[in-house]
Amino acid sequence: MIIGIDVGGTNTDAVLLSSSRIEKKVKVPTDSADLFNTILSCFTRLLDNIDPKKIKRVVISTTLTTNAIVQQNMNPVGMFVSAGPGIDPIAFSTGEHYYCVSGSINHRGREKAPVNTMEIEDIAKKLKKTGIEYIGIVSKFCVRNPSHEILIKRILNKHFKKIFMGHHVSGNLNFPRRIATTHLNAAVFSLHKSFFEAVKLSLKEKGLAVPIQILKADGGTMSLESSMAFPGQTVLSGPAASIMGAIPYASKKQDAIVLDVGGTTTDIAFLVDKAPLLEPLGIQRGRYKSLIRSLQTDSIGIGGDSIVRLKNKELIIGPDRKGPAMAFGGPEPTPTDALFVLGLMKDGDKENAQKGIHKIAKELSLTDIEAADQIFKKCCSIILKKTFEMIDKLNSKPVYTVHEFLEGYKISPQKILLLGGPAPYFAKKIEELYHIKTIAVPESSVANAIGAALARTTCEVSLNADTEQGIVSAHEEGFAEPISKTYSKDDLIETALTLLKEKAINLGADQDNIDEMEVVEFQQFNIVRNFSPRGKILRIKMQIKPGMIKGFEKILL
Amino acid sequence: MLKALHKTGLVFFPAFDWAIDPTHPEREERLLYTQDQVTEEGIFDINGIIEYKPDLVTFQDIQRAHFCVPDEKTITTQSHLISAGGAKAIADAVLNKEVKNGFALVRPPGHHSMRVSHGGRGFCHINMEAIMVEYIRSQYGIKKIAIIDTDCHHGDGTNDIFWHDPDVLFISLHQDGRTLYPGSGFPEELGGPNAKGSNLNIPLPPGTSTEGYLYVIRNCVLPAIEEFKPDIIVNSAGQDNHYTDPLTNMNFSAQGYAELTTLLKPDIAVLEGGYSIEGALPYVNLGIILAMAGLDYSGVVEPDFNPEQLKQSVSVTDKIKKTTDLVNSYWHQKDALRQRSGTPGDIVTRHREIFYDTANIFERQKEKVRICQDCGGCFEIDSTASPGHHILAIHIPINACKACIETGYQFFDQADKNKFDIVFLQDRPKDLYEIK
Repeated sequence: MIIGIDVGGTNTDAVLLSSSRIEKKVKVPTDSADLFNTILSCFTRLLDNIDPKKIKRVVISTTLTTNAIVQQNMNPVGMFVSAGPGIDPIAFSTGEHYYCVSGSINHRGREKAPVNTMEIEDIAKKLKKTGIEYIGIVSKFCVRNPSHEILIKRILNKHFKKIFMGHHVSGNLNFPRRIATTHLNAAVFSLHKSFFEAVKLSLKEKGLAVPIQILKADGGTMSLESSMAFPGQTVLSGPAASIMGAIPYASKKQDAIVLDVGGTTTDIAFLVDKAPLLEPLGIQRGRYKSLIRSLQTDSIGIGGDSIVRLKNKELIIGPDRKGPAMAFGGPEPTPTDALFVLGLMKDGDKENAQKGIHKIAKELSLTDIEAADQIFKKCCSIILKKTFEMIDKLNSKPVYTVHEFLEGYKISPQKILLLGGPAPYFAKKIEELYHIKTIAVPESSVANAIGAALARTTCEVSLNADTEQGIVSAHEEGFAEPISKTYSKDDLIETALTLLKEKAINLGADQDNIDEMEVVEFQQFNIVRNFSPRGKILRIKMQIKPGMIKGFEKILL
Repeated sequence: MLKALHKTGLVFFPAFDWAIDPTHPEREERLLYTQDQVTEEGIFDINGIIEYKPDLVTFQDIQRAHFCVPDEKTITTQSHLISAGGAKAIADAVLNKEVKNGFALVRPPGHHSMRVSHGGRGFCHINMEAIMVEYIRSQYGIKKIAIIDTDCHHGDGTNDIFWHDPDVLFISLHQDGRTLYPGSGFPEELGGPNAKGSNLNIPLPPGTSTEGYLYVIRNCVLPAIEEFKPDIIVNSAGQDNHYTDPLTNMNFSAQGYAELTTLLKPDIAVLEGGYSIEGALPYVNLGIILAMAGLDYSGVVEPDFNPEQLKQSVSVTDKIKKTTDLVNSYWHQKDALRQRSGTPGDIVTRHREIFYDTANIFERQKEKVRICQDCGGCFEIDSTASPGHHILAIHIPINACKACIETGYQFFDQADKNKFDIVFLQDRPKDLYEIK
């Protein structure tokens, strides 16, 4: 049996699954001041009368790091950043203790200016005096050549508790994002470590000794041990859990929209052939941009508890929430109240709901039912409008080859999968209004926990082979090997496959679930100098894509 | 977080799967390191920099600027249509006011393609800037456009397409034609009889450095633009003036390019040549992008940049000053020169020979243009390519007067179909293209 827990902002959902059905489901309010006890109480209830030895897998998704960022409750980090030609790296400062140091690597990975050991030592002394324990080191183009980062780390090793390096974060180029991501990993490390070590200990006391898996923002899992190197990857795993929960209901070879209608917001995501779309580079939320692999999600400030008000006789819904719906004792009318007036929702105070809606109806000179219907329609249209805008944006994503331009895949969803409390009511209305097949995902209130429980381990490797310089490297994995002039695409794929498998196993994947490997990107260029060929540059990115582990297909039918 | 001072649009289309041939300078690898640099800098994450997908130009778009022989399909590839489409996408973004300015980093280039195109010349098949300019004029009704070509090679294609057009000010800065392909672009080349002075050609001696380029911009290009008062400024941003370029002999730098861009303030820049793909392009393109967005570019310096070594000699400085003075004197005489070029209604003939180095074609042209003081004048081109076709091409300019429209149609009606493989008519006022 397996356990999935999704700690959300308001509620924590947990499920215990056997290969044939949902054995238990639990929903408890999240105590954000004490996530530890929230999680433990879920385990206690799930394991009641269950032999812990039967549990083969545990996956946890938490808001721990997300909260830490929001509340600015992070460790101070000393940052060493070396850049060379380009934008002044001071623009990417992570705050206090941010130092731009000498050293420069160019786009081919060649050293253009050396590291200054004295300079690093001096800064180290200063940082130690201020009590800094955690360090991030990022050099521009470290993805092509990490030697400066490694050298600086060697100088700093004896002075600090834990040091994070930029080239471990991702194989993707993007210096500002790499700085932000490295900083994040270092800043939430101690929080993440102490929290999960406590969880692990308590579970052991309960007789649960299986390795714990942690959900990442890309809808995949990693082992607790490997998460210590990348704690930032757990940010925003919540929306990922829900989207993963919708996957079983998407059809093969078809595109689908996933909408998770919550209290305050609605999350939007897309599935292509039962696999979620990923952000090309990493999580972005407003100003914050990272290299953390993540599902492509967006959220809009509209949900069941959004405030409904009038402005110049026009309905405005959200983006704020002032508590629950009036039907549940809230202060202001909400879309949920409209559902009560329409007779779609029942277990609440319909009279109170009607009071709120009536005020709006009067101003619009409509009947209560008409007003409720308009509110409901408006909600659907705002959500769908935003969804279609996202699709347009995705479909106009730039491409860099003639082939891609001509073959460009266009997303055209044929189905909408709805999650969240009011999902069943919205499903019917949306289908009626937009003529797209729309279904509320079964067990939609715990689909997120099911999604977490069943998510497979995911990872990505990026390799760069340069036959002129005679080297194939994946510095993110600490891998570099000499190659001959005749090194080919097939050789590169083989090397990438080996590395990808190795990485997946190290992250805690089991052998049965690492076969969904695919090439995400491949490029090949001739290097020509003075009109004669000098070699080739080959680049590849391969991944194990997000999806469900095998053996649990039956529960969801 | 960085925020651009001006909203800037970028089209990035490196055509990673297209080359003239595997070891040709115009090959897949050309923008690879530029892409790496731009991506690593996080350019597309900067608030106010917006990446656009290239459009695909249609044959109708091409037919406004070119007579493609025998037709558009034969002499272009998908890659050309996307490259020109990149410029078009930026034009739309700028003219719809989604962005203040924009830069199309596209390849293959286009500024050696002339109005009649029998195939590839100087790595170019169709002229991206010209197609874009004609699209802007037809789509947005804009009249006056300045094109400043800063590629190291003379922009002879663009020079040819707008030769008779008084509403397009074309200025080309390039290495002296006696020392570099295509061997043209001397100060005396000022445009057709009805448009004298609307083409300005400024040849620069080998060894011109940042100082010399900026001198010409400040003392010749900017004053002419100020007087001409264009609605739109286009920069054909070739990057082969760089001191590391393998095909040319100049000493320009990334800082210089960025400063030139800041001075010129182009609404639209389109990448042209530039073949120092590792040592120059990553830094020059980054410099131009930052300058267009109004961001600090002072850190964009090539790792091996040594200003002392790149200083231009006194004799080079002297030559540049003389050329600038000469071009300025022509510019000031432009009205008188147009008055003197003939009596309105007369037909003036010009003979030319054009060599297509990329496609290995030799072309002879006999051009007849109607002298006119009310518009650019209609003209016909009798063109024979060997190997190739014998065609007659008639052009009626976009702002044509009534008399020139009538004469243009007379040219077309009188053309003897048996004498030519194809007879073309480009009626720009009606946005029509006819073949007989």
